[in-house]
Amino acid sequence: MIIPMDHALPGFLGGLAIGAAATFLLAMLGRIAGVSGILGQALDPSCSDRDWRLAFLVGLPLGAVAFAALEGAPPVQMVARPPLLAAAGLLVGMGTRLGSGCTSGHGVCGLARRSRRSLVATLTFIAVGMATVAVQRWLFGIA
Amino acid sequence: MRRSVALGCGALFGFGLALSGMLEPTRVRGFLDITGAWDPTLAFVMGGALLVTGIAFPIVLRRAGPVLDSRFFVPARSDLDAPLLAGAALFGVGWGLAGLCPGPALAVLGLAFRSAWPFAAGMALGMWIYARVRGEAT
Repeated sequence: MIIPMDHALPGFLGGLAIGAAATFLLAMLGRIAGVSGILGQALDPSCSDRDWRLAFLVGLPLGAVAFAALEGAPPVQMVARPPLLAAAGLLVGMGTRLGSGCTSGHGVCGLARRSRRSLVATLTFIAVGMATVAVQRWLFGIA
Repeated sequence: MRRSVALGCGALFGFGLALSGMLEPTRVRGFLDITGAWDPTLAFVMGGALLVTGIAFPIVLRRAGPVLDSRFFVPARSDLDAPLLAGAALFGVGWGLAGLCPGPALAVLGLAFRSAWPFAAGMALGMWIYARVRGEAT
Protein backbone atom coordinates (compact mmCIF):
# COMPACT_ATOMS: atom_id res chain seq x y z
CA MET A 1 0.00 0.00 0.00
CA ILE A 2 1.32 3.43 -0.98
CA ILE A 3 0.59 6.22 1.48
CA PRO A 4 0.59 9.60 -0.32
CA MET A 5 2.86 12.02 1.55
CA ASP A 6 2.72 14.77 -1.09
CA HIS A 7 0.66 17.11 1.08
CA ALA A 8 2.32 16.48 4.46
CA LEU A 9 4.28 19.78 4.52
CA PRO A 10 1.46 22.12 3.41
CA GLY A 11 -0.81 20.19 5.77
CA PHE A 12 1.56 20.78 8.67
CA LEU A 13 2.09 24.48 7.78
CA GLY A 14 -1.67 25.00 7.41
CA GLY A 15 -2.08 23.34 10.80
CA LEU A 16 0.38 25.84 12.32
CA ALA A 17 -1.74 28.71 10.90
CA ILE A 18 -4.92 27.15 12.31
CA GLY A 19 -3.27 26.74 15.71
CA ALA A 20 -2.03 30.34 15.63
CA ALA A 21 -5.53 31.61 14.78
CA ALA A 22 -7.03 29.64 17.68
CA THR A 23 -4.33 30.95 20.04
CA PHE A 24 -4.89 34.61 19.01
CA LEU A 25 -8.65 34.26 19.50
CA LEU A 26 -8.15 32.82 23.00
CA ALA A 27 -5.51 35.38 24.01
CA MET A 28 -7.43 38.39 22.67
CA LEU A 29 -11.12 37.57 23.13
CA GLY A 30 -10.89 34.68 25.58
CA ARG A 31 -12.90 32.48 23.21
CA ILE A 32 -12.46 28.93 21.97
CA ALA A 33 -12.08 28.79 18.16
CA GLY A 34 -14.67 26.07 17.76
CA VAL A 35 -16.51 26.72 14.52
CA SER A 36 -19.64 24.73 15.42
CA GLY A 37 -19.99 26.61 18.73
CA ILE A 38 -19.34 30.02 17.15
CA LEU A 39 -21.89 29.40 14.36
CA GLY A 40 -24.41 27.45 16.46
CA GLN A 41 -24.65 30.11 19.14
CA ALA A 42 -24.85 32.87 16.51
CA LEU A 43 -27.91 31.01 15.11
CA ASP A 44 -29.52 30.81 18.57
CA PRO A 45 -32.23 33.50 18.87
CA SER A 46 -31.10 34.21 22.44
CA CYS A 47 -27.51 34.97 21.38
CA SER A 48 -26.26 38.27 22.85
CA ASP A 49 -22.73 38.50 21.37
CA ARG A 50 -23.32 37.87 17.70
CA ASP A 51 -20.93 40.60 16.48
CA TRP A 52 -17.54 38.90 16.97
CA ARG A 53 -19.02 35.52 15.97
CA LEU A 54 -20.21 36.79 12.60
CA ALA A 55 -16.87 38.55 12.04
CA PHE A 56 -14.97 35.29 12.66
CA LEU A 57 -17.34 33.33 10.41
CA VAL A 58 -17.02 35.86 7.57
CA GLY A 59 -13.24 35.62 7.95
CA LEU A 60 -13.21 31.88 7.16
CA PRO A 61 -14.13 32.12 3.44
CA LEU A 62 -12.14 35.38 3.11
CA GLY A 63 -9.01 33.54 4.25
CA ALA A 64 -9.69 30.77 1.76
CA VAL A 65 -10.15 33.33 -1.04
CA ALA A 66 -6.90 35.05 -0.04
CA PHE A 67 -5.06 31.73 -0.25
CA ALA A 68 -6.56 31.01 -3.69
CA ALA A 69 -5.52 34.48 -4.91
CA LEU A 70 -1.92 33.92 -3.80
CA GLU A 71 -1.36 30.25 -4.53
CA GLY A 72 -4.19 29.22 -6.84
CA ALA A 73 -7.47 27.60 -5.89
CA PRO A 74 -7.20 24.12 -4.34
CA PRO A 75 -9.03 21.35 -6.26
CA VAL A 76 -12.36 21.30 -4.43
CA GLN A 77 -14.67 18.49 -5.43
CA MET A 78 -17.75 17.37 -3.49
CA VAL A 79 -17.89 13.65 -2.73
CA ALA A 80 -21.69 13.39 -2.59
CA ARG A 81 -24.71 14.62 -4.53
CA PRO A 82 -26.55 17.72 -3.20
CA PRO A 83 -29.35 15.85 -1.32
CA LEU A 84 -26.84 13.63 0.50
CA LEU A 85 -24.65 16.68 1.15
CA ALA A 86 -27.57 18.48 2.76
CA ALA A 87 -28.44 15.42 4.87
CA ALA A 88 -24.80 15.07 5.95
CA GLY A 89 -24.78 18.78 6.83
CA LEU A 90 -27.89 18.32 8.95
CA LEU A 91 -26.20 15.48 10.86
CA VAL A 92 -23.05 17.56 11.33
CA GLY A 93 -25.05 20.59 12.50
CA MET A 94 -27.14 18.71 15.06
CA GLY A 95 -24.33 16.35 16.10
CA THR A 96 -21.74 19.05 16.75
CA ARG A 97 -24.18 21.08 18.86
CA LEU A 98 -25.38 18.05 20.82
CA GLY A 99 -21.77 16.92 21.28
CA SER A 100 -20.54 20.43 22.21
CA GLY A 101 -17.97 20.73 19.44
CA CYS A 102 -16.33 19.66 16.20
CA THR A 103 -12.85 19.13 14.79
CA SER A 104 -11.76 22.63 15.78
CA GLY A 105 -13.38 23.01 19.21
CA HIS A 106 -12.72 19.49 20.48
CA GLY A 107 -9.79 18.55 18.25
CA VAL A 108 -7.61 21.67 17.99
CA CYS A 109 -8.65 23.53 21.18
CA GLY A 110 -9.99 20.88 23.58
CA LEU A 111 -7.05 18.52 23.23
CA ALA A 112 -4.72 21.49 23.84
CA ARG A 113 -6.53 22.08 27.15
CA ARG A 114 -6.11 18.35 27.98
CA SER A 115 -9.91 18.03 28.18
CA ARG A 116 -11.14 14.49 28.76
CA ARG A 117 -14.47 15.26 27.08
CA SER A 118 -12.71 16.57 23.98
CA LEU A 119 -10.43 13.53 23.77
CA VAL A 120 -13.38 11.14 23.95
CA ALA A 121 -15.40 13.22 21.45
CA THR A 122 -12.48 13.44 19.01
CA LEU A 123 -11.78 9.71 19.13
CA THR A 124 -15.51 9.05 18.70
CA PHE A 125 -16.09 11.20 15.62
CA ILE A 126 -12.91 9.99 13.93
CA ALA A 127 -13.82 6.34 14.60
CA VAL A 128 -17.43 6.81 13.45
CA GLY A 129 -16.26 8.77 10.41
CA MET A 130 -13.93 5.93 9.44
CA ALA A 131 -16.68 3.37 10.04
CA THR A 132 -19.11 5.41 7.90
CA VAL A 133 -16.71 5.51 4.95
CA ALA A 134 -15.95 1.79 5.35
CA VAL A 135 -19.65 0.83 5.47
CA GLN A 136 -20.40 3.04 2.46
CA ARG A 137 -17.58 1.37 0.56
CA TRP A 138 -18.65 -2.17 1.44
CA LEU A 139 -22.40 -1.69 0.97
CA PHE A 140 -22.50 0.54 -2.05
CA GLY A 141 -19.03 0.31 -3.53
CA ILE A 142 -18.61 4.08 -3.24
CA ALA A 143 -14.96 5.06 -3.15
CA MET B 1 -11.59 46.11 17.84
CA ARG B 2 -13.13 42.80 18.95
CA ARG B 3 -14.77 42.39 15.56
CA SER B 4 -11.55 43.16 13.69
CA VAL B 5 -9.57 40.67 15.78
CA ALA B 6 -12.25 38.01 15.26
CA LEU B 7 -12.29 38.69 11.51
CA GLY B 8 -8.50 38.37 11.37
CA CYS B 9 -8.53 35.12 13.37
CA GLY B 10 -11.25 33.69 11.11
CA ALA B 11 -9.30 34.69 8.00
CA LEU B 12 -6.05 33.13 9.28
CA PHE B 13 -8.02 30.00 10.20
CA GLY B 14 -9.57 29.86 6.71
CA PHE B 15 -6.20 30.48 5.07
CA GLY B 16 -4.70 27.63 7.09
CA LEU B 17 -7.53 25.31 6.09
CA ALA B 18 -6.99 26.11 2.40
CA LEU B 19 -3.20 25.71 2.65
CA SER B 20 -3.54 22.42 4.51
CA GLY B 21 -5.77 20.83 1.87
CA MET B 22 -8.66 20.46 4.31
CA LEU B 23 -11.04 22.30 1.97
CA GLU B 24 -10.80 19.29 -0.35
CA PRO B 25 -13.46 16.76 0.75
CA THR B 26 -11.66 14.03 -1.21
CA ARG B 27 -8.59 14.47 0.98
CA VAL B 28 -10.55 14.48 4.26
CA ARG B 29 -12.49 11.41 3.18
CA GLY B 30 -9.17 9.89 2.18
CA PHE B 31 -8.03 10.19 5.80
CA LEU B 32 -11.20 8.46 7.01
CA ASP B 33 -10.92 5.78 4.30
CA ILE B 34 -8.66 3.32 6.12
CA THR B 35 -9.77 0.41 3.93
CA GLY B 36 -8.93 2.28 0.73
CA ALA B 37 -6.13 4.62 -0.38
CA TRP B 38 -5.41 6.19 3.01
CA ASP B 39 -4.41 9.88 2.93
CA PRO B 40 -2.50 10.92 6.09
CA THR B 41 -2.70 14.70 5.46
CA LEU B 42 -5.30 15.38 8.16
CA ALA B 43 -2.97 13.90 10.78
CA PHE B 44 -0.25 16.40 9.79
CA VAL B 45 -2.76 19.26 9.97
CA MET B 46 -3.87 18.20 13.44
CA GLY B 47 -0.24 17.74 14.45
CA GLY B 48 0.71 21.25 13.29
CA ALA B 49 -2.30 22.86 14.97
CA LEU B 50 -1.83 20.97 18.23
CA LEU B 51 1.88 21.76 18.28
CA VAL B 52 0.91 25.45 18.53
CA THR B 53 -2.19 25.21 20.72
CA GLY B 54 -0.81 22.45 22.95
CA ILE B 55 2.10 24.70 23.93
CA ALA B 56 0.42 28.12 23.74
CA PHE B 57 -2.98 27.44 25.35
CA PRO B 58 -1.64 26.58 28.82
CA ILE B 59 0.60 29.68 28.70
CA VAL B 60 -2.29 31.94 27.62
CA LEU B 61 -4.69 30.46 30.18
CA ARG B 62 -2.20 31.17 32.99
CA ARG B 63 -2.83 34.90 32.43
CA ALA B 64 -5.51 36.71 34.45
CA GLY B 65 -7.71 37.13 31.36
CA PRO B 66 -7.76 37.86 27.64
CA VAL B 67 -6.71 41.25 26.29
CA LEU B 68 -10.13 42.39 25.09
CA ASP B 69 -12.50 40.77 27.59
CA SER B 70 -12.88 40.29 31.32
CA ARG B 71 -12.42 36.52 31.46
CA PHE B 72 -11.75 33.35 29.48
CA PHE B 73 -14.82 31.54 28.15
CA VAL B 74 -13.53 27.99 28.46
CA PRO B 75 -15.66 24.90 29.18
CA ALA B 76 -15.17 23.59 32.72
CA ARG B 77 -16.92 20.22 32.44
CA SER B 78 -14.98 16.97 32.58
CA ASP B 79 -17.81 14.43 32.87
CA LEU B 80 -18.61 12.11 29.99
CA ASP B 81 -22.32 11.99 29.16
CA ALA B 82 -24.62 10.53 26.52
CA PRO B 83 -25.15 13.77 24.53
CA LEU B 84 -21.38 14.14 24.09
CA LEU B 85 -21.02 10.62 22.68
CA ALA B 86 -24.24 10.65 20.64
CA GLY B 87 -23.46 14.08 19.21
CA ALA B 88 -19.90 13.13 18.30
CA ALA B 89 -21.21 9.94 16.63
CA LEU B 90 -23.85 11.82 14.59
CA PHE B 91 -21.18 14.31 13.56
CA GLY B 92 -18.89 11.43 12.56
CA VAL B 93 -21.51 9.98 10.21
CA GLY B 94 -22.07 13.32 8.46
CA TRP B 95 -18.33 14.01 8.31
CA GLY B 96 -17.69 10.63 6.72
CA LEU B 97 -20.50 11.02 4.18
CA ALA B 98 -19.43 14.47 2.96
CA GLY B 99 -15.77 14.88 3.95
CA LEU B 100 -16.66 18.26 5.45
CA CYS B 101 -16.74 19.50 9.04
CA PRO B 102 -18.00 22.95 10.16
CA GLY B 103 -14.82 25.01 9.60
CA PRO B 104 -14.07 23.81 6.06
CA ALA B 105 -17.80 23.81 5.23
CA LEU B 106 -17.90 27.59 5.73
CA ALA B 107 -14.42 28.41 4.40
CA VAL B 108 -15.04 26.46 1.17
CA LEU B 109 -18.06 28.66 0.41
CA GLY B 110 -15.51 31.25 -0.74
CA LEU B 111 -14.13 28.85 -3.36
CA ALA B 112 -16.95 26.54 -4.45
CA PHE B 113 -20.21 28.10 -3.30
CA ARG B 114 -22.34 26.49 -5.99
CA SER B 115 -21.41 22.92 -5.12
CA ALA B 116 -20.87 23.32 -1.36
CA TRP B 117 -23.88 25.35 -0.23
CA PRO B 118 -26.27 22.40 0.38
CA PHE B 119 -23.96 21.10 3.11
CA ALA B 120 -23.64 24.50 4.81
CA ALA B 121 -27.40 25.06 4.56
CA GLY B 122 -28.15 21.65 6.08
CA MET B 123 -25.61 22.30 8.82
CA ALA B 124 -27.05 25.70 9.71
CA LEU B 125 -30.56 24.20 9.72
CA GLY B 126 -29.41 21.40 12.04
CA MET B 127 -27.87 23.91 14.44
CA TRP B 128 -30.94 26.11 14.31
CA ILE B 129 -33.21 23.12 15.06
CA TYR B 130 -30.96 22.19 17.99
CA ALA B 131 -31.15 25.74 19.38
CA ARG B 132 -34.96 25.77 19.02
CA VAL B 133 -35.46 22.38 20.65
CA ARG B 134 -33.10 23.20 23.50
CA GLY B 135 -34.68 26.65 23.94
CA GLU B 136 -38.11 25.08 24.33
CA ALA B 137 -36.84 22.37 26.68
CA THR B 138 -35.43 24.81 29.22
